[in-house]
Amino acid sequence: MSSAFVYVLAASAVFGVGVYGLIVADHLMRKLLSLNVMGSAVFVLILTVGGATPAGPDPVAQALILTGIVIAVAATAFALALIVRMFQETGLTSLRGRDDDD
Amino acid sequence: MTGTMTDAMTAAAVETTLHPLPVVVVLVSLLAGLAIAVLGEQRQRLRTVLNLSAAVVKLALVLWIALLVAGGVVPEFRFALVPGFDLVLRADSLSVLFASLSAALWLVTTVYAIAYLQHYANRARFFGYFSICVTATMGIAMAGNLLTFFVFYELLTLATWPLVVHTGSRAALRAGRTYLQFTLGGSALFLIGLIWLYALAGPQDFIAGGSLQLLDLEAVTSMQAIFVLIAIGMGVKAALVPLHAWLPSAMVAPAPVSALLHAVAVVKAGAFGLVRLVEDVYGSALSGALGLSLALAIAASFTIVYGSVLALLQTDLKKRLAYSTVSQVSYIALGIAIGGPLATVGGMVHLVHQGVMKITMFFCAGIFATLLGVTRIVELDGLARRLPWSAAAFSVAALGMIGLPPMAGFVSKWYLGSGAVAMGQTWVVAVLVASTLLNAGYFLPLIARMWFRPAPERWTGGAQPSRWVVAGLVAPALATAGLTIAFGVLAGSTYSPLDWAIAIVREYLP
Amino acid sequence: MTTEALALLVFAPLVAGLVVIAAPRRAAAPVAVAALLTLPFGLWPLTLVVWRGETVQVALAGFAPPLGIVWRVDALALTMLWLTLVVVLVVSLHALTSFPPASESGQRFWPLWLILIASVHALFVSADLFNLYVTLELVTLAGVAMIAIGGKPAAMRAAMRYLLLGLMASLFYLLATALLYGQTGTLDLYQVGERLDDGALALIALALMVTGLLVKAAIVPLHVWLPAAHGKAPGPVSAVLSALVVKVALYILIRLWFWSGGAAGGDGAALLLGLLGALAIVHGSLAAITQTRLKMLVAYSTVAQLGYVMLLFPLASTAAFRAVTFHMVAHGVAKAAMFLAAANLLHALGSDRLQRLVGADQRHGVNVLAFALAGVSIMGLPPSGGFVAKWMLLEAAWRQQGWGWVAVISLGSLLAAVYVFRVVALAFAQPKGGSVRASVGARGGGRFDTTALAALLLAVLAILLGFASAPLVALIDRGLPPGMLP
Repeated sequence: MSSAFVYVLAASAVFGVGVYGLIVADHLMRKLLSLNVMGSAVFVLILTVGGATPAGPDPVAQALILTGIVIAVAATAFALALIVRMFQETGLTSLRGRDDDD
Repeated sequence: MTGTMTDAMTAAAVETTLHPLPVVVVLVSLLAGLAIAVLGEQRQRLRTVLNLSAAVVKLALVLWIALLVAGGVVPEFRFALVPGFDLVLRADSLSVLFASLSAALWLVTTVYAIAYLQHYANRARFFGYFSICVTATMGIAMAGNLLTFFVFYELLTLATWPLVVHTGSRAALRAGRTYLQFTLGGSALFLIGLIWLYALAGPQDFIAGGSLQLLDLEAVTSMQAIFVLIAIGMGVKAALVPLHAWLPSAMVAPAPVSALLHAVAVVKAGAFGLVRLVEDVYGSALSGALGLSLALAIAASFTIVYGSVLALLQTDLKKRLAYSTVSQVSYIALGIAIGGPLATVGGMVHLVHQGVMKITMFFCAGIFATLLGVTRIVELDGLARRLPWSAAAFSVAALGMIGLPPMAGFVSKWYLGSGAVAMGQTWVVAVLVASTLLNAGYFLPLIARMWFRPAPERWTGGAQPSRWVVAGLVAPALATAGLTIAFGVLAGSTYSPLDWAIAIVREYLP
Repeated sequence: MTTEALALLVFAPLVAGLVVIAAPRRAAAPVAVAALLTLPFGLWPLTLVVWRGETVQVALAGFAPPLGIVWRVDALALTMLWLTLVVVLVVSLHALTSFPPASESGQRFWPLWLILIASVHALFVSADLFNLYVTLELVTLAGVAMIAIGGKPAAMRAAMRYLLLGLMASLFYLLATALLYGQTGTLDLYQVGERLDDGALALIALALMVTGLLVKAAIVPLHVWLPAAHGKAPGPVSAVLSALVVKVALYILIRLWFWSGGAAGGDGAALLLGLLGALAIVHGSLAAITQTRLKMLVAYSTVAQLGYVMLLFPLASTAAFRAVTFHMVAHGVAKAAMFLAAANLLHALGSDRLQRLVGADQRHGVNVLAFALAGVSIMGLPPSGGFVAKWMLLEAAWRQQGWGWVAVISLGSLLAAVYVFRVVALAFAQPKGGSVRASVGARGGGRFDTTALAALLLAVLAILLGFASAPLVALIDRGLPPGMLP
């Protein structure tokens, strides 16, 4: 079993945990954390597939991960802001219930 | 695949010239309609001027086209609509027959509608759609292929729906829904037939004598199925039984709309489409060979008898007229389906004759309802004493419908009957006789009530509009009643509808 | 010249958006309008090049791929850019009134709006999988923020749901990108297609990517976020979300399938996508028919209309590609008109409950007319852009003997007629107690301001597209996927 395969396996497992959390969790914070877990799994995977070439680490993979992290941070910050705003407006921290209002 | 025949026909036909007239004649009423809608409700005088001048201009343009066509020129305008398919507007002699009918009747209907709708709300909307309706009718008349026909045919559906539901009452909206169910359902089948036809034979223009040829024996079933699909699409508007149910319920619309629906636009468009389908797409020879003509003749005959029987059972005047339309319009399809020069002339000329007669009757029914509050047949007693002119117009049209000489209806029935005999289809004569007896059965009592029964003490309702309004209502009815007589008496003269129909049929059956 | 043009398309709105945030309030309107008005000048030179049959390709700052970023404009991208331009300009006209740039709401709206435009432009010109990811994420974030802009609880919830599902979908997409990169060593759309082998790994990657995109494109059964998000957003936002933002995901999906070897998924996968599309048409239309609110009805109509695009995958012919691309344009214009008209009616009537529409035609005739005209195109009735699209799609399906697809397309039109006419009939209905005969001169033609004008303008365009189809089809034909012949 090559080390790359272990990484792929681990990334898949972590990604799965994230998807599970996203679906099952009720609190919006937990959902957001699940998304972050999924994101981490993807970064591990990118690192694996482009990580070790005979010529050294692949710069493209590094660039992708860096950009990906930046986007993940921005998206997380935005989501947090939206969660806070939503809590202020509605007092809710989950998406249960119906949306009927005028 | 149909190259040789198409080429031969084009070469034999009169000269086709690129000409803006067909598109101009369509655009006139579209622009008028848009202008009327934009002007808004308050600008009544300007709206009236626009309405009337557009109608007059349109009539003049159609006459111009008629002169061109009579001189052997076929003006045509085309551009690519969808890949591989052109939007073709072409004025051939059959177009002119239908276009002049609708242009002339549009003018009188506009006069009538302006008077009739004096106290209605939303007149800007009404006249806007009214004009777009005529745009669609002109497009249908000028359509040079089935796709163009379909485009305007659907536009007609869309433009008439607001007229049908104009009052916004529950009954009007229900009638509108029924109307859409039938027309849109029919158009879905029409569209599939069209796609199928084009997949089988490629893009085809309308050609006198038909552009299709029997490709091989395997295509027989497909071609029959395509014919049926398209004929259903046409049959909905032409009110072929059992596709007619929308027509009587659409009677809730204001009287000018009924007049328009029955005489100028919708029902006529369907009948005209059947003529195009049989004569210009399949050709009467191929339709006959595929057994389609006989099927259409049977459907038309059934509709003629069934519509007349139902008309006899109605107690409401407009409903009786509606079922009478169901019956009468199928004469057109019947004439085409019988084939042969005489019957074809009968069918085509009835396109015009039924129009002038039926529009007269709807005008009069509207007058009776507005001035005296009369809507039911029993209320007609002694009406001629109060409204002699309208009653006279109504009677002339009714006698024409029955087929009494020298009225227009007689000419149609004569040609249909003798055409059927010439083609050896004597059973059709039985249908015509039965229909004539039924016509007499449901129209003569009305005439008798109006003229020979005593009038009631006082009339149930109705308004007392100004003299101008009354004149605006009665004059169009008298004009079309006059045409009913003129088209019969002067049938033999040059440029009468009959003369024109004979000229058309010469092109088709040289 | 083309480099500057491309840069203008992306950076003019981006910079303007940032300026609007920082600059004084009264500068907002001139800056935004100026940025918007430069866009045609960016698009025109690109059009000239693409019309000649060439492809515009620019390596940003001279860095070669795969490290550098490459922008590429072919006819498909250009078609989408034109759709964007038309929709964005007219909707901006609406927004100038509905979100005045100097107002409190305008200060929140305009920066996001301009950044959204920049992101959509950047997405359509991106030529590699990772750039598509970045721009897709930007489009989603800007879209979410704009849904929530009004601060109403229902809108916030809709935005939240859209955000969570959107981020999840992006991660599916990114995961797949990583796998594809691992296998092919490239991110370029074309090269991925050339180098992809059809092993299990590639199939997993494709499945993940398609799933992510289907969520973003709101294809049934992954559409659950769309109706509320589009239905509760402010008018101009709904318009642009339905007209452009969901199309963006479909655009990537089409690129992936026909340019980057997605078709390796096989006929079975293509059929499955087509069936999802058929399901979307039927389910979306039926759901639209049963709605009690106008904007929700329009939103479900979007769910249905997106389904037509999915029919491209099983049909996979030149005719179908032409039809579907045309449909995306026709639907974009018509749906933007419809949403603007619906939003105007909501604004005027105070609620978009359908029952409130009774008699609306008397007072708000222009908006009802705009809705109806857009409806003609949505129903696919002639003469309209929607008809041309439906005609081409039916023809394509018929020639391939896809009777089932023909049936679904026809059924979809009839169902669309039910929900469109339901709305128009209510607007035409006579209000209780108000006699039509009595109310002479009660109507002044409706308030005619720029919001109504914008709706009407787009609606008229949706109709005119039915007559001016030839140039658009010619453009589409210049950008057929590899292997398809005109």
